Formats: sequence, structure tokens, C-alpha cells
Amino acid sequence: MIRDITLGQYFPGESAIHRLDPRVKIIATLLFIIELFIVDNFIGFAIAAVYLGAVIAVSRVPLSFIVRGLKPVIIILLFTFALNIFMVDGQIIWQWKFLHITVEGVRLAVFMAIRIILLLIGSSMLTLCTRPLSLTDGIERLLSPFKKIGLPAHEIAMMMTIALRFIPTLLEETDKIMKAQQARGADFESGGLIQKAKALIPILVPLFVSAFRIAMDLAMAMESRCYRGGEHRTRMHEMKLKGMDWAAIAFLVVFLAMIIIESRIF
Amino acid sequence: MSIQVENLVHIYDKGMPSEQLALDNVSFEAEDGQLVGIIGHTGSGKSTLLQHLNGLLRPHSGKVIVGGVDITQPGVPMVQIRKKIGLVFQYPEYQLFEETVAKDVAFGPKNLGLSEEEIAERVREAIELVGLDYEEVAERSPFDLSGGQKRRVAIAGVVAMRPEVLILDEPTAGLDPKAHQDVLKMVQEVHERTGNITILVSHNMADIARLCDKVVVIDSGKLVAVGTPYEVFSQKDQLREVGLELPPVTQFTETLREKGIELDSTILDVDTAVSQIAKYLKKEK
Repeated sequence: MIRDITLGQYFPGESAIHRLDPRVKIIATLLFIIELFIVDNFIGFAIAAVYLGAVIAVSRVPLSFIVRGLKPVIIILLFTFALNIFMVDGQIIWQWKFLHITVEGVRLAVFMAIRIILLLIGSSMLTLCTRPLSLTDGIERLLSPFKKIGLPAHEIAMMMTIALRFIPTLLEETDKIMKAQQARGADFESGGLIQKAKALIPILVPLFVSAFRIAMDLAMAMESRCYRGGEHRTRMHEMKLKGMDWAAIAFLVVFLAMIIIESRIF
Repeated sequence: MSIQVENLVHIYDKGMPSEQLALDNVSFEAEDGQLVGIIGHTGSGKSTLLQHLNGLLRPHSGKVIVGGVDITQPGVPMVQIRKKIGLVFQYPEYQLFEETVAKDVAFGPKNLGLSEEEIAERVREAIELVGLDYEEVAERSPFDLSGGQKRRVAIAGVVAMRPEVLILDEPTAGLDPKAHQDVLKMVQEVHERTGNITILVSHNMADIARLCDKVVVIDSGKLVAVGTPYEVFSQKDQLREVGLELPPVTQFTETLREKGIELDSTILDVDTAVSQIAKYLKKEK
């Protein structure tokens, strides 16, 4: 049940995409997202889809796995689709009382749906192909120029690392507690909203207790190894752009150019 | 009541690169009055097996027949199964959540939909059965108790449901030697009092040899051996192959036997060992 959530999950692999420098991947993802908002016609989306398709093909992450990650957002998707299709004025093709569907509405609804899907798949490719730890390393490096204006880049990255690190631990803990309470006859599925919310108490209380215990243990373990923040820390894996990374950057530049040219022409 | 596990197969993360065969064709059975021990290394599939026994996990193939009903079939009401089979997880004290001990122990019986009086009676009985003083602990917060006491309260929470099969996953993990013995003694007492099936997972071979009527050995998801402690622990080489030790007494007497001292093979308790060695020494004189 909880394990079905693939959004933000890492899919282990050894592909070229997996091995890219995390900084390149983060910037590529950011640019991809920005581009999706620049694009104002379907040809632009087609280019973006081809680019994304190429990335997925190289990464060897099964498409079914990626699609499964979209499940939790289907409701949001349907909601925006419905809003767009009924709210836009224009040439009416179907009408029932106050509801009406217009050509422009359909176009916009499809347009937004494609945008959201590309957005989700594009950003999930980043987390699917990047180990959480190298992801936060990359973020730390990218943020480090802002240290001069007082941004605690290392601390932010460390907090993210810890948060990411403990997502699976807490999920496992939740799973364990749920099972234990189920074994005592707890029922999480039936009943109304209030009853369901009440049924969460036997999970949440032990979960909080566990979370605090884990946090204390971690703080103790970090302190006993003399951790004291980012100043003068060296790292085991120095990040350096390699041939593959430059190739990815070239690919990105080409894609960027195509999108810009395309939006000028059409 | 009886439990039959037939050709159970379970695969984790099916279709993922991390796919793992957790249970591979495991079969065994248990009957009323039996105390069954399950031994195996960490990650051998013991916990996975236990979770099949009360329907928390569903197998990919195979059957779990509890009291004549195959609980792996869809449509079997889970509440009925959980009423019959009580599962105490590892470190059960982490599941405590209520304000008072009595309320926490009452959680299970309440879920069974029993009357207030019945619940109160069962709670008192369960707390006393696990060796705690009801008057002393009932109104205290479970979070204020010591580690060993918390564990007892958590076990009481399952015992109060009066399951026909009580399963305990390493009930003594992380306890000091005194609490370890106390908890085991309590398990034995509960078992004798109820006369039902008790299934005990442990890493401690001496405990298993001493307490159990039947031993199931699992290694990397496969069944290695089933039988009485004597039958299982006499398969020395097989156990060694999967990296499991004999109980310390048995190790000791087997070493003596290898040195040419005549003793019975596979002695499982200290008393027998003592009397056999004494007999041998007398004969030598």
C-alpha cells in the first residue's frame, strides 16, 4: 500500500543517466520544467516528449514503473482537466444547463494535462535516477555560491539528506506499527471519515515516539563522530564533470535551442 | 485447532530489480498444546512466515490452513483470523500508544467488539498472566514503565484477545538476562495455562531446546529441518552448514563425545548432561 508510492523514489540502476553528475541532472530538470512553461503549442510538447522519451530509454527505468508513480496525482489531473474544459469561453460544442464545453476549453484542458504529465514524469526522472545522497550533494554544491549572502547551504543539504534518508525508515516503521495494530484487530479501512481519523491514533502515537527516538539516536551518533557543520569539511566523492556530463550538457543545449526556435516560429 | 502450512512461497518487490524470494516452498504443521520454535538467521524469512500465519501477508502460492480454513483464500474475514491467531511482533513495546496500561491492553479486545465487563475482565487477567501487578500498573502510562515491563504490557495486549494460537517473534530481543528468563517463563506459563499452540521465534538455541516440542529451521527462505528438538539438533552438520549453532550444553557434550567419553548423543539439557557425566565418572573409577 505505502510501497506503491513511487513519486520521489529511487530506482537503482547503472545507466548513463544514473551516473551523470547530479548538478547536471538538477539543472537539466529545472530547465525542462521552465521550458514546459515557455512552450505554448503542441509541437513544443512533442519535442519535450521526445527529449524525455530519450532520457527514459537511456535510463532503462521501466515505463510501467514511471506510470505507476502518476497514480496518486490522477485526481489532481482530472480536477484540472474538468475545470479547464468547463470554464473556458469560446465556440460552444456541447451544452447542458449551465455547463458548456468549448473548442478552446478542450484544447486548453488537453494542453494543461500534457503539461502536468510531462512535468511530473520529468521531475520524477530526477529522483528515479539519482541517489538521494548525491542529489543533496548536488544541491549543496549548486547552492554554495549563495553562502556569501548568508545561506546555510550545507545545513540545508544536510537536513534534506536526513529527511530523505529517513523516509524509507519511517515508512518501514509505519508499516510495522500498522501490522502490529492490525494483528490486534485494528481496522483502518471501514468506517466514516471521523472513524478513520480516530483509527490513525494507534499508528501516529507510536510513530511519533519512534521518530523522536530515531532522531535522538542519530543526533547522538553524529555528535559522537564530532560532526559540527559545514565549515572545512572535505568530501569523499569530489564532484567533477566528466565526458558524459559534457555530452549531456550539449544535448540539453540542443534541446533548449529547439524549444526556443520552435516557440519563435509557431 | 491446528495449523498447516503447505508449500508457501512469498516474493518481495516482484518485478523490481530488488525482487527477493523470501519464502521458498515452506511446509510444516502444528497442533494444540504444542510449543513450536522457529529458528533461523536474521533475514532467513522467519518474520515473513509469521506474517502469513495471521493473514497480514498473502503468499504468491501455497496454503495456510488454520483450524480447517485456508486463510489465503480471498473472502475469509480477517477479524475472525486475528481473533484466533495472536501475533506479537519484535519489540512490541514500540506499539504502545494509550494513556494507561489498562487502556492499551484493552485495545485488542475492544476491536473484537466485546462488552465492557468482558473487556475489563480480560484486561485484568492478561496483565496478571504476564506477571504484572494489575493494581500497580493499570492506571500508569505505559511509557513510564521499564523496558521489560513495557514488553509484558505489549504481550498482554495480545494475550487479552485470547487467541487460540499465540505467535511471538523474538520476545526476548534486547532484554537483560533476568528479563529474558522472566519473559520466557511467562510465555511458558501462558502456554501451559491456555493449552493452545504457541509459536516462538528465537535466536537462542538453548531456549528453543529447553522449551519447544517441535522445531522448525529456516535458512534463506527454505525449510532446512522440522522435528523434535532432539531430531533437529542431532543433525549437527546440517545446522552447521546454515551457520546455526547447537545449544551450549549439546556443544559441550558433543565435544566430550568426540574425545571418546561415552555419553548419549545430543543431550539437550544441563540436568541430563550432569547425570550422564557423573555416571561416566563413577564407571571410570
